[in-house]
Parts: sequence; C-alpha cells; structure tokens
Amino acid sequence: MADATTLEIVALLAVGFAGGVGSGLVGVGGGVLFVPGLVIFLDESQVGAEGTSLLAIIFVGALGAWRQHGYGNLRVRDGLVLGVLSPIGVIAGTVLSNELPEQTLKYLFAVVMLYFAFTLGRRAIWPPAHGGAEAPPRPDSAPG
Amino acid sequence: MPPMSARLVRLAVIATAAGVFSGLFGVGGGTVIVPLLILWLAYGEREATGTSLAAIAVIAAAGTISQGVAYGNVNVLAGLLIALPALGGVLAGTALQQRVSPRVVSGAFAALLVVSAGVLVF
Repeated sequence: MADATTLEIVALLAVGFAGGVGSGLVGVGGGVLFVPGLVIFLDESQVGAEGTSLLAIIFVGALGAWRQHGYGNLRVRDGLVLGVLSPIGVIAGTVLSNELPEQTLKYLFAVVMLYFAFTLGRRAIWPPAHGGAEAPPRPDSAPG
Repeated sequence: MPPMSARLVRLAVIATAAGVFSGLFGVGGGTVIVPLLILWLAYGEREATGTSLAAIAVIAAAGTISQGVAYGNVNVLAGLLIALPALGGVLAGTALQQRVSPRVVSGAFAALLVVSAGVLVF
C-alpha cells in the first residue's frame, strides 16, 4: 500500500463507491465487492482482502444503521445483542479463513458471490409480486 | 425454557453463524442475519434489514480485531480508502433508488458479481 500507484488508489476509491452504491440500491455490496476488488486491483491475498474489507464494513454498517434508525427500522437492543454475542463465531471463522489454502478460500468466496448473483438475478427476472423489486421506492434496504 | 431465554438462544445462534460467515469471508453477515430474524424472531423485512446493519457494524469491528490483531490481515489505509467513497456510494445508491429500475440494477449487479467471481478465481 505504501507503494500503491495512483491507478491503484483510484481503483480502490471506485471499488468502495461501487460497493456503497450496491449496498444502497440492492442491499448487496460492501464486502462481496470490496474483497474481490482488493484482490484483483491491489494484489492483496484473499484473507488479507477479507480483513481489510471488515474494517471498511464497520463504517458502512454504522451509516446504514443510523439511517435505518431514522426510518424506525432498527431494534437497537437486538442489534447490539447480535453484535456482542458474535465473537465466538467471528474467531472460528477467522481461524478457518487463515488455515484454509488460499485457492480453496477463493473458490468458497466465489460460491458466495454466485449465490448473491443468483438471488439478484432471480429478483431481476421474476420480481416479487409485492414488497419486492417492483414495489414503490424503498430508501431503506442496505444489509451490507 | 422461559420465552426470554429461548429468544436469547436464537439470537446467540444467529450471532454465531453470522460471525463465522463474517470471519471466514470478510463480509458483513447480513445474508445470514436477515432471513433468520424473519424466520425465527418474526421480524418484518425492513426491521430485519435495519437491525442487521447495527449487528454488522459490531460484527465487522470484532472481525477487524481478530483478523488484524491476531493475523495482521488488515490494511488500514486501504480499508479507509474504500470506506470513504463507500459512504458516499450508500447515500448515492439510496437516492438513485427513486430513479432507476430495480430490475435493471439487480440484473447489472448480478452480472458484475459473476464476472468478478470469474476474475477472482482464474
């Protein structure tokens, strides 16, 4: 990063913006774009990109939560309980991501990406009858 | 089991599953949290989405600490360089929601994900 070129910095900014837009528009974005962006444009290792992505997600999640709170869509207590009870799982996932071979982790991540693509593609082709893609604008969907 | 503790157990299971997903893949875990809140705790979709975002911020902080402190896997400068435009992107995306077809956007993002997955693996 210390020797990152201007082009790499521009790429990072673009990846961040795209992830944010995806997050605000379709509720997919954040990590699922940050991680491949960091691997492809910055040559980070898969697990290094994942750690870096988590740092960025703190801010995206906090902004989203703050906005949702304004819409009355946030049960603060449950949200905090979920966060506070997460560390056992987080540590297990972290250890696993560092133990798995790089290429295996990439394949697994690609599966996650394809699953997200599948759910989005399904929404594009067969929008839910109501409350879904063709419903009136909902300025509130951004599950990071 | 009294209702409160049954509820707490469900939250703990959701939190642990989302935590594994987050630590393993470097994503927020909303994919895990939102459907389970709806299924197990009778949340509405919007409440589930909103509540998951608060959880994600905390889970990502836990993940940043465990990936960063234990394994040195957090590039702080790169993370901040991504976060800053991402915040602008969230606001832009939310505003754009009023003007663009959700079907087109969903399709475009699906295509972007498929292409990125290919580039990532090969």
